[in-house]
Amino acid sequence: MANEVKKVNTIAIADIEAINTITDDNLQALNTLEFSGTPADAHTWIATVTSDGSDATLGFVDGTGGVVLDNTYDVYEFHFINIKPETNASILAFQVDVVDGTTYGQPITSTTFEAEHDEADSGNDLQYRSNRDQHNGTEYQQLSEYIYNGVGDESASGILTLFAPSSGTYIKHWMSVVNAYGNATTQVSYHGGYINQTSAIDRIRFAMTANDPATLQDDITSGTIKMYGLAKS
Amino acid sequence: MAKTLIKTLTADVDSELEFIDGADDVVMDNTYDVYEFHFVNIHPSDDSKKLRMIASSDGGSSYGIETTSTVFDAYHNEADDATSLDYRGGAAQSTSEIIIGGSTGYDDDQACSGVMTLYAPSSDTYVKHFTAQIHQSSGSDFANNTFAAGYINTASAVDALRFSFDVGDIDAGEIKLFGVS
Repeated sequence: MANEVKKVNTIAIADIEAINTITDDNLQALNTLEFSGTPADAHTWIATVTSDGSDATLGFVDGTGGVVLDNTYDVYEFHFINIKPETNASILAFQVDVVDGTTYGQPITSTTFEAEHDEADSGNDLQYRSNRDQHNGTEYQQLSEYIYNGVGDESASGILTLFAPSSGTYIKHWMSVVNAYGNATTQVSYHGGYINQTSAIDRIRFAMTANDPATLQDDITSGTIKMYGLAKS
Repeated sequence: MAKTLIKTLTADVDSELEFIDGADDVVMDNTYDVYEFHFVNIHPSDDSKKLRMIASSDGGSSYGIETTSTVFDAYHNEADDATSLDYRGGAAQSTSEIIIGGSTGYDDDQACSGVMTLYAPSSDTYVKHFTAQIHQSSGSDFANNTFAAGYINTASAVDALRFSFDVGDIDAGEIKLFGVS
């Protein structure tokens, strides 16, 4: 990337003969008005949604509110920051839809496991979670273990990565890691799967479910979801 | 955590894809401490093949630095009759290609995607740590989430990496190299 520089501190480039004793001859393109600029951050923030205290869902739709969810990027990240449910022991989940879709019920096959440990050091585990996965299921895909809201500091945070949602050829791979804190226990969940849809996906929605993913469970009452894109070029 | 896109390699029926410091605008030196390789829909020519990597410390003239690794995965199939969370072995001072992914199907809509992170490849003191998480849609219609990690057991700078499948070619897909500031 090159930036055109015309003046530095009001001094025209053409009048600068040296910077910090480095002469014009040793600078790249000083008098041709071109420098190599600092590379742009390839990890681009796209949009943020913040719960207003009573959101049944939070989501991102391509072309709405500054959201880009198309072939601009091949890799998208959704960062969850202190997501808190209205109802105790709720589970963060997502669904997606194709362009102009409204049902948010795409088929997902997924796999999930979690590790947990409590503050009393009385319990720990590493286990496959067969009640969190789907086999071409069209329910909301769970991403966490139970998120509590009994005390003020309970919530969940993590990242969901979605690959090439705009592809018209491939199913859509995704993977996530989310840590939930509640009931004096930390529970980290690793999920991965594919949206079994070769048409482009351009919208995603997050909600809380009960233990049964078919049961959406009240609201997201606080927290922020930030959406990023990873540069293609 | 600013990231800089360094290089994208696009497969077109390639037996391997390689990143070599100093070649074709690739940077893999002390410019960054952390490098990320993003795999986007890597599609094998043969069914049920595994993505691999191997390192070089001489600019790609030779590959095969002793590497020790660990691999585990979680899987679940569309038929809902198989789930697993299991250790899958790993390399023990191997100088051959190192498995970093799971079984990837070659149906038209199948591929693997994920991220491998390489830490401080230019260090002349430490071994070179790497971690990877790659998701595959397998030939038998499984969602397979594979976690690999290990170290390239050399205190010399690693300046090239090569990716391939254990059998056949990389028919399609992109590998993007990012530097993390």
